Amino acid sequence: MLAFKPINLGRWVVWGLTAVLFLLLPAYFNKGFSLTLLSQMGVTIIFALSYNMLLGQSGMLSFGHAVYSGLGAFFAIHALRWIGAGTLVWPTSLLPLIGGAAGALFGMLFGYLTTRRAGTPFAMITLGIGEMVFAASLMFPGFFGGEGGITADRAVGAPFLGIPGITFGPQVQVYYLIAAWCFASIVAMYALTQTPLGRIANAVRDNPERAEFIGYNPQRVRWLMLILSGFFAGIAGALAAINFEIVSAENVSAIRSGGVLLAAFIGGAAFFFGPILGAVVFVFFAVALSEYTKAWQLYLGVFFVLLVLFAPGGLSSLILMNLRVVKFRKFRRLRDPYFGVLFSALALAFGTVLVIELMYHVTLNVGQGPAIRLFGMIFDTSRAPAWTFAGVVIFGAASAFEFYRRRFRQQWHDVQREIEDWVRDNP
Amino acid sequence: MSTRATHAIAPNGLTTGAIALELDGVSKRFGRTEVIRGVSIRIPRGERHAIIGPNGAGKSTLFNLISGRFEVTSGRIALNGLDITNRKPYQVNRMGLSRSFQITNLFHRLSVFDNLRCSVLWSLGHRHSFWNNLNKLVDVEQRAEAILERVGLKRRRDIVAGLLTYAEQRALEIGITIAGGADVILLDEPTAGMSRGESKRAVELIRDVTEGRTLVMVEHDMSVVFDLADRISVLVYGKLIATGSPAEIRANDAVREAYLGQPAAAA
Repeated sequence: MLAFKPINLGRWVVWGLTAVLFLLLPAYFNKGFSLTLLSQMGVTIIFALSYNMLLGQSGMLSFGHAVYSGLGAFFAIHALRWIGAGTLVWPTSLLPLIGGAAGALFGMLFGYLTTRRAGTPFAMITLGIGEMVFAASLMFPGFFGGEGGITADRAVGAPFLGIPGITFGPQVQVYYLIAAWCFASIVAMYALTQTPLGRIANAVRDNPERAEFIGYNPQRVRWLMLILSGFFAGIAGALAAINFEIVSAENVSAIRSGGVLLAAFIGGAAFFFGPILGAVVFVFFAVALSEYTKAWQLYLGVFFVLLVLFAPGGLSSLILMNLRVVKFRKFRRLRDPYFGVLFSALALAFGTVLVIELMYHVTLNVGQGPAIRLFGMIFDTSRAPAWTFAGVVIFGAASAFEFYRRRFRQQWHDVQREIEDWVRDNP
Repeated sequence: MSTRATHAIAPNGLTTGAIALELDGVSKRFGRTEVIRGVSIRIPRGERHAIIGPNGAGKSTLFNLISGRFEVTSGRIALNGLDITNRKPYQVNRMGLSRSFQITNLFHRLSVFDNLRCSVLWSLGHRHSFWNNLNKLVDVEQRAEAILERVGLKRRRDIVAGLLTYAEQRALEIGITIAGGADVILLDEPTAGMSRGESKRAVELIRDVTEGRTLVMVEHDMSVVFDLADRISVLVYGKLIATGSPAEIRANDAVREAYLGQPAAAA
């Protein structure tokens, strides 16, 4: 049993495909905007995974994780300025190491205080530290740049490996820099989950008291995890600094801390890859959707609430639970109710979006007249038919949704119970 | 680690005469209530020692004091001759004492195997390592597999601990307790809530896994106590009223009066 261990082929395939995907993405998404979007997704993936080292793996709910990415970003942008001024010799491609070191250092400092307790006390202290650092960022304009922040030119360093032209000026070069760091960080953070510290962190999450009786000091375990998490958050911060060439108080703000929490929750904290999904969806909402509608935050909020209500494990657990149903050959029983639920949900979403967009148009776009173009149709917000139409759609879709939801729920619970009973009896 | 090495278990624990666990005038107050009142016991290495007493006598509190979960109000506790009074639970554990819980206390989202792997990590010196792949640590795997086999959970290796049946959870609880190789084992009501058959199997398991170690157990089931214990201490209202062999305890008048009042229970 111990002598023979076949190489885990599946894992190599997954890593290989991920690397190829990262390499090829710009071939299809080569417009300036798509590259910006991809770059931000890469940064947010690292940030959300580092956050989940606390939330999902160690049971620490942090409201101040932007402190570590933000401070990492400030140190990185200062380093970038020093590179530009000639006072620091350091390759731009390795700036994330400076950001990471700063993140880990502050993790060591603040973590020593915050990790004494998990649960609510931990959450409250992180909130306090977040506010403290944000206030400090406005109090020390020399380092933090005050309201305007600190700016730098990312193309000032020596060319990468001496290759002329690779200066990280063009966005596609920044994308590849982020992609490389993102890939390395994902691999490193995954590897960490497979180490003694990673597993003990799970044990401390599940039952800190029992962990003490198998020889571990829960505070020490949490502290080490926070330092490592701060390191990866700092890497994400430095990459953001390179990407935007500006770092301001907003980088350490509660908005950022809340954002990464949202991303991790949307993807699901229980599985390693969850926050990757969450980061992609979150950036899509925050960057892509915000191009189309001013109501993007409202949509993000509604999406988040629905997810927490109906799929508290996030997208990853939703996907894995359905895959499990497929694996146990029970998906056919769910197929029909699924169709009903999905179509009525789509119709409900359509009606809701209609109403929200009409309302936003009326209140925010007063100067543009009453007509608005949505889903390829023209709606006149000053007349009743537009509103009536939306109302009828919402009412009809909501009734259908409720009807199908109940049927689906019953089937879903039956199927899940059958699977769980089987798992319990047939290890 | 070194402390444990210097106190290796003698082939015949009792004849060395060394004391594994010593309590000297241990007291505990919660506010104005004195729950433990000047308890002194010396438990020789290799002995199986049971602590009995009516409900609310302070048996579990005594365990919490020994294992470092609570701080003592006064008195002294020594493990293998080293002072452990008011040490943290993880310090006491690293010095070679491990305990189980009356209410099952597992890592419920980890697999059975991972529960055991976590429990052997510190004693094998892997501590906070984040540079080794856990799946490639052969010593961890072998030790965890061996414990798995001993507690009879091999078939349940990869199931999440929270999904085990009650008796299986109790077995895993014992597995976690012994996994680290501690030479003093504290078991808090290991057969509580079990059927006769399950309880019998549990006694065999306890006898097997504590072979060559020092066992201190709190137990309500008198058949288990008289079956397993070399010596018995009787705790009543936080005071130790008697310590002796099962025969001595059966014959002790004070014990009969205070605790074994119903003759059937002593059978």
